[in-house]
Amino acid sequence: MKKEEIYERLNNVFRDIFDDETIVVNADTTSADIEDWDSLEHINLIVAIEQEFGMKFNMNEVTSMKNVGEMVDIITSRSNK
Amino acid sequence: MVKSMNELEYPFDSEFLIKNKKKIKKQLLQKENLLSKNIAILGGSTTSEIKNMLEIFLLNYGIKPNFYESEYNKFYEDAVFGNEKLNNFNPDIIYIHTTNRNITNYPSVLDDNKTVEEMLQAEYTKFEKVWNSLLKNFNATIIQNNFEYPYYRLLGNKDASDIHGRINFITRLNQKFYDYANTTKNFFINDINYVSSCYGLDKWANQFYWHMYKYAMEVPAIPYLAFNIANIIKSIYGKNKKAFVLDLDNTLWGGIVGDDGVDNLSIGPEVPSGQVYLEFQQYLKEHKKLGIILNVNSKNDYENAIAGLNHPAGNLKPEDFIIIKANWNPKNINTKDIAEELNLGADSFVFVDDNPAERKIVKTYIEGIATPEIDIPENYIRIIDKNAYFEVTNFSEEDIKKTELYKDNAKRSQMMATFDNYDDYLKSLKMVAEISTFKPIYLERISQLSNKSNQFNLTTKRYSLADIEEVANSDDYIKIYGKLEDIFGDNGVITVVIGNIKNKTELHLDLWIMSCRVLKRNMELAMMDELVKRATAKKITTIYGYYYPTQKNKMVKDFYDDLGFELVSTDSKGNKTYKLELANYENKNNVIEVI
Repeated sequence: MKKEEIYERLNNVFRDIFDDETIVVNADTTSADIEDWDSLEHINLIVAIEQEFGMKFNMNEVTSMKNVGEMVDIITSRSNK
Repeated sequence: MVKSMNELEYPFDSEFLIKNKKKIKKQLLQKENLLSKNIAILGGSTTSEIKNMLEIFLLNYGIKPNFYESEYNKFYEDAVFGNEKLNNFNPDIIYIHTTNRNITNYPSVLDDNKTVEEMLQAEYTKFEKVWNSLLKNFNATIIQNNFEYPYYRLLGNKDASDIHGRINFITRLNQKFYDYANTTKNFFINDINYVSSCYGLDKWANQFYWHMYKYAMEVPAIPYLAFNIANIIKSIYGKNKKAFVLDLDNTLWGGIVGDDGVDNLSIGPEVPSGQVYLEFQQYLKEHKKLGIILNVNSKNDYENAIAGLNHPAGNLKPEDFIIIKANWNPKNINTKDIAEELNLGADSFVFVDDNPAERKIVKTYIEGIATPEIDIPENYIRIIDKNAYFEVTNFSEEDIKKTELYKDNAKRSQMMATFDNYDDYLKSLKMVAEISTFKPIYLERISQLSNKSNQFNLTTKRYSLADIEEVANSDDYIKIYGKLEDIFGDNGVITVVIGNIKNKTELHLDLWIMSCRVLKRNMELAMMDELVKRATAKKITTIYGYYYPTQKNKMVKDFYDDLGFELVSTDSKGNKTYKLELANYENKNNVIEVI
């Protein structure tokens, strides 16, 4: 899967979860950039991303992710296996 | 008009709901006539997404929740020590979301029998204190989770039978919860033990969600939990369905009776395909005992339909149904006719048909009707059952007799046809009414009636059992119910009037409802006479009546005019205020004997 495709699909998930069609995420996006992205919404985001890409994050990955770029790295590494 | 959403009926896609809840909520908030309720969630673990999911399921049922959420794991403190914010919130429903994570002490294999008993009692007492305190301080209904099984078994299979096992401990604790539920009104168990087992306990207990976010179950399981809670709440507020409308061919039996002939239908114990339909018939028939009425809506010649229902191996017989429509009319038309003949709203029906095209046409033309998406016969029961259309909360004597009551009505219609003069017909029924102030044994039925009545309902004010108890115990109200009996049978409690006394001489009618089973029997006149009698005895000089129009109560739009009230005002929404001076009131009922 190409990174562009991952970003495009991620964008749609973010827009659904936060119900905001103007969201555009990039590698540097963090929870500080999106108003409703708090720890409770984070879990729902994770669930939706897992469903979108048919994979599961483990606890270490979720706790260590710093931004969307790292999230995409994990998704990429899974889809290459 | 915004309709209910298929996406929120079983089987649903829980990930879709979690992802799209904001959009779904926005859309459902546009529904009309939403019933607003205050719901306090007292949690023993994270409850945020439970609240979100509960909100959309309730909105789909026409209930708009306002929420209070306790701080994380503060259910005990909020309940036992009180909390000003919770007091001011004045909850209608209190949901206590505790799980096996909230059990403080489990037995160890080294403990003796007595220690284990004490532990069990201590654990139970903690919860009993929570409930007693809430029931004392709030006029609210409590919904309490039981406990789900743990996801590991230290003692293996012995964990279930040995007193040191956690499964054994939880099972006994649950039983104590049930004993409390069985002896306490306004208290209901939310069976997460069942929900988690249907969902799959290993998945439910996915520890990722506990350690990351302190959710006691995995987040994709939350819609199933929330749906289960929403079903209890909608049942409390009278939003259960009331009747089945059933297709015949390939729904109640395999095959097409008109083409294949009665002898070739799949029904009965001999072959697998016959067994599955037989069990489905048995499942439907069990509903009669709950007061759910059965009807047929089938594209068939009438004779063929009856022949099919008389199949010797079948369980459902023609006499199990109130109305059988077997003809070639469109099914939406038949369904509307059934609703009219039963005097029930078609939105209280569950329409069961194997043909998706028929379901679609019925769903399209009849707002609010349930059309479960049944697929293959072996799934029929599960799909219908999981939708909890008839969730039992307050079960009354009336429910048990429901089918009989409707059959009595059919006999009355036949008798009416033999009279030219309507008054003569009414007199021939030899009606006897019991009209009295609220009595404890009828409070459940009164609450149920206030939640079910839509058509003969002047204000559409809903009363939970707790609300009715409050009215019953207050001297500020004149509150009467009426029971009606005639030569064909006892209709039970079928009408209620609640008037609030203000300024000593005024009586304001908060509620006037009557079951449509007894329309046009002059029962409302008997109630009016009795109301005036009681009001006069309390030195009341003026009665104020209110009519608030809804989609469904046009039947009573001129009710107070007809009773001789004077119109005082009408507001922009069409809400009307009436008054009647009691000085020269003359009794109106002359066909019912009142005892």
